[in-house]
Amino acid sequence: MTTGTLPTPSSTPVSTAQARLEMLTLINRAVAGAERPPLPPYPVSAPQSQAEVLHQFEDRILDYKAALTRVPASGAAQAVAAALGAVRRVVVPSGLPAAWLEGGSAEVVRDGPALTHAELDSIEAVLTGCAVAVSETGTLILDHGPDQGRRALSLIPDLHVCVVREDQLVQTVPQALARVAASVREGRPLTWISGGSATSDIELVRVEGVHGPRRLHVVLVGD
Amino acid sequence: MRANLRNVTGAIRAKRANVVGEMPHWEQLRDLGAALKDDTLADLPDRLLQLERSVQARGGQVHWARDAREARDLVALIAEQHAVTELIKVKSITSDEIELNLALEERGIHAVETDLAELIVQLSKDSPSHILVPAIHRNRAEIQELFNTELPGEGQLSDDPAALAGAARRYLRQKFLTTKMAVSGVNFAVAETGTVCVVESEGNGRMCVTLPEVLVSIMGIEKVLEKVEDLSVFMELLPRSSTAERMNPYNSFWTGVTPGDGPQEFHLILLDNGRTNVLADEFGRQTLRCIRCSACLNVCPVYERAGGHAYGSVYPGPIGAILTPQLLGMYDKNANTLPGASSLCGACYDVCPVKINIPQVLIYLRSEANVQKGLTAEALAMKGMKFVMAEGWRFEGALKLARVGQGPLVRGDAITSLPGLLGGWTQSRDLQPLPKEGFREWWKRRGQEPAAASGEADTSSESKERV
Amino acid sequence: MHIDLFLTCVNDALFPQTGQATVRLLERLGHTVGFNPRQTCCGQMHLNTGYRDDALDLARKFVGDFRDAEVVVMPSGSCAAMVRELYPQAAQWAGDEALLREMEALAPRVFELSEFLVNRLGVTDVGAYYPHRVTYHPTCHAMRGLRVGDAPLRLLRQVRGMTLLELAGAEECCGFGGTFAVKNPDVSAAMLTDKTRHILDTGAEACTAGDNSCLLHIGGGLSRLRSGTRTVHLAEILASTEQEVYA
Repeated sequence: MTTGTLPTPSSTPVSTAQARLEMLTLINRAVAGAERPPLPPYPVSAPQSQAEVLHQFEDRILDYKAALTRVPASGAAQAVAAALGAVRRVVVPSGLPAAWLEGGSAEVVRDGPALTHAELDSIEAVLTGCAVAVSETGTLILDHGPDQGRRALSLIPDLHVCVVREDQLVQTVPQALARVAASVREGRPLTWISGGSATSDIELVRVEGVHGPRRLHVVLVGD
Repeated sequence: MRANLRNVTGAIRAKRANVVGEMPHWEQLRDLGAALKDDTLADLPDRLLQLERSVQARGGQVHWARDAREARDLVALIAEQHAVTELIKVKSITSDEIELNLALEERGIHAVETDLAELIVQLSKDSPSHILVPAIHRNRAEIQELFNTELPGEGQLSDDPAALAGAARRYLRQKFLTTKMAVSGVNFAVAETGTVCVVESEGNGRMCVTLPEVLVSIMGIEKVLEKVEDLSVFMELLPRSSTAERMNPYNSFWTGVTPGDGPQEFHLILLDNGRTNVLADEFGRQTLRCIRCSACLNVCPVYERAGGHAYGSVYPGPIGAILTPQLLGMYDKNANTLPGASSLCGACYDVCPVKINIPQVLIYLRSEANVQKGLTAEALAMKGMKFVMAEGWRFEGALKLARVGQGPLVRGDAITSLPGLLGGWTQSRDLQPLPKEGFREWWKRRGQEPAAASGEADTSSESKERV
Repeated sequence: MHIDLFLTCVNDALFPQTGQATVRLLERLGHTVGFNPRQTCCGQMHLNTGYRDDALDLARKFVGDFRDAEVVVMPSGSCAAMVRELYPQAAQWAGDEALLREMEALAPRVFELSEFLVNRLGVTDVGAYYPHRVTYHPTCHAMRGLRVGDAPLRLLRQVRGMTLLELAGAEECCGFGGTFAVKNPDVSAAMLTDKTRHILDTGAEACTAGDNSCLLHIGGGLSRLRSGTRTVHLAEILASTEQEVYA
């Protein structure tokens, strides 16, 4: 564990052994004889063509008031540069494909060694890849692999540019979860992003952009 | 207040119907959600032990809390070990249930709510009135005034929700970047892997579970799922039922401690606080399927008119009316009245993503509550009515008596005022009096007139007059 | 077919004309109708108010009174829902397996009037004539408990001479809820106010429904407002013809 300067957890934090025993005893008694019901099958959506999935994804992303640019593989760097616009500094995870950054004008800051929170807060934009994306819900799923970096990267800067390859796009949530289940089993965190941060807490008026990145730009790259 | 509430619940209702309508297999998905929850609850001891092992294997610590006090003490002790005097919090009803903030305050630890609505509630020293939109009872002018007084350095804000949200962003950002410890609730936890999930919209949840050094998550024992794949069912059911979105903006999943990423110390508190009581009741147990989406609040005609605070419970609305009395026990004098606060219209059951049969549980709990209350005047009246109803002839006789007895109450062609308990009826409604001839008399008379059986020779003039 | 009428206690006490209309309608369609005078109440009020044991006594009586019936038809969605949905549940709560089996055997033969006509008899045009402007309130227990769906509306659309007016917020509860109306009178009255306002907005002469308990509540509100709009049970409209208008 990379605890570093962090305080070491106490070896005996709080003894809850007695609570544990009592709760387990009560739960055992409570469910004694309870039968496990037969599980119905997972209902699935009618499959769509690749073209429909792409169209649906685009529709959903725009519905969240996020931006989307669709380009062939050769156009990735140009689209990223355009998405970054006048951004002066952009942070990238250490394993980000170099090809996505060619020809951009922004200063590229690599997160390695790890930047402090304050340093991240001074950078306007972040560029990441993703693990899988869902068309039905317009969701980007990050499993924080080498091209996505640790969770703080895609959280603190105000603009998140996320590159999605067409082969990473699936139609449904269960399909997406099947693709990242192995990452979860390895202990990796997941971040699901569906549009920019938003609140509807005041009179249910939707306000785009609260604490997370206020702008999200998806670059959808062809095979 | 009521106008705010009606606008909001009406708007969410319409949006929900839309996004649910997009899912042709919604009903099967509900069935699966309910079955998965029941399945896990039936095996809860094993699931919790599995969860504990998985979290520990990934460097997290697991604690068990029998009641609110034990859970509060655990959080406070962890804070004290780190010499923390201020911590940040993600909206968590479980933490409201255990009255965490107050307890921490008493020990010199200030808990800052970071969800916008919870912040509004906290700054105005109020309590939440809705599971999803806790400040639903506050309008923008009230929030404007509140922020102008309570948020330092903001000057005069307009009442534009975007400007108010912007002020909250500036106020909280420094807290997110510098606070050492955070407390969160848990939407789901996966036994197989030890993965914990928090679902949110604003990004404050991501901030809290990612940036501090120490993270404490409190979960009711019923939040556990078995497998990673089970998550997708609830990720489909919850957002559409809750915020009426296809997916809410952010979902965070983490497993114990991730080296080099996020808090390097993680505590998971497993809370009972009455849940084993609910679990022990074979019929009431389905209440523990609840995923706190609040769809039942948004369709409830009683919640819409009475408001969340009327329930006197952290869990308002239909789900609160069945969960609270079961958590607290049927002898609790406020809680045991909650199952009565429903017209049993059943709208809540239709929208529940995990098919909790709320109207049936309400009916069930009403009897459980009455057992605690003993032989009341109402119970005696019910016994008396049952005695009358036990024989057809007895009921017929009683109706004949009533026709005579109602005389003094009838004014014109209606009863406009009733004595005692029944006065609740005539407060805003008339009651029509008993008719001169009952069905039974008509039926007997008709049986004696052979002509009546085929044709309609004997159409009573009374009926005609009613046109 | 021989049909046993379960009148319901509310109709027995207050709405004899609904029972009469049900008998006339079913006879007009060529069926014979029986009325077992031993019948009283299904026990719904007892169960819903929290007196499960008393309710179960009445449920046992119902099962005894109608055990041998070919079909039992009742002009009430909530009583039919009680017998079909809640009886078996209450028997389980009481752990009475024998009663549960009897209830489950009886349940498929128990019908609310409109679902009986449309789903069991397969008729939507019952030859009714009713020259009035009418709006329809779908009662909660018929709609969400029994799932009668649009059966009442399909019947009403075939009634000659009648103008059927759409009711805004139709699916929202009127606020009756049995003893709820007496125990929570303020919330109940607020719900009733919205319901009566929507009814008056339609400009209908009458509001109909399949449950006289809800209509008693709505009618009580309309009467207090001196609105002139009345309530009429679905059965009375369906029983009316050019020759005889019953309601």
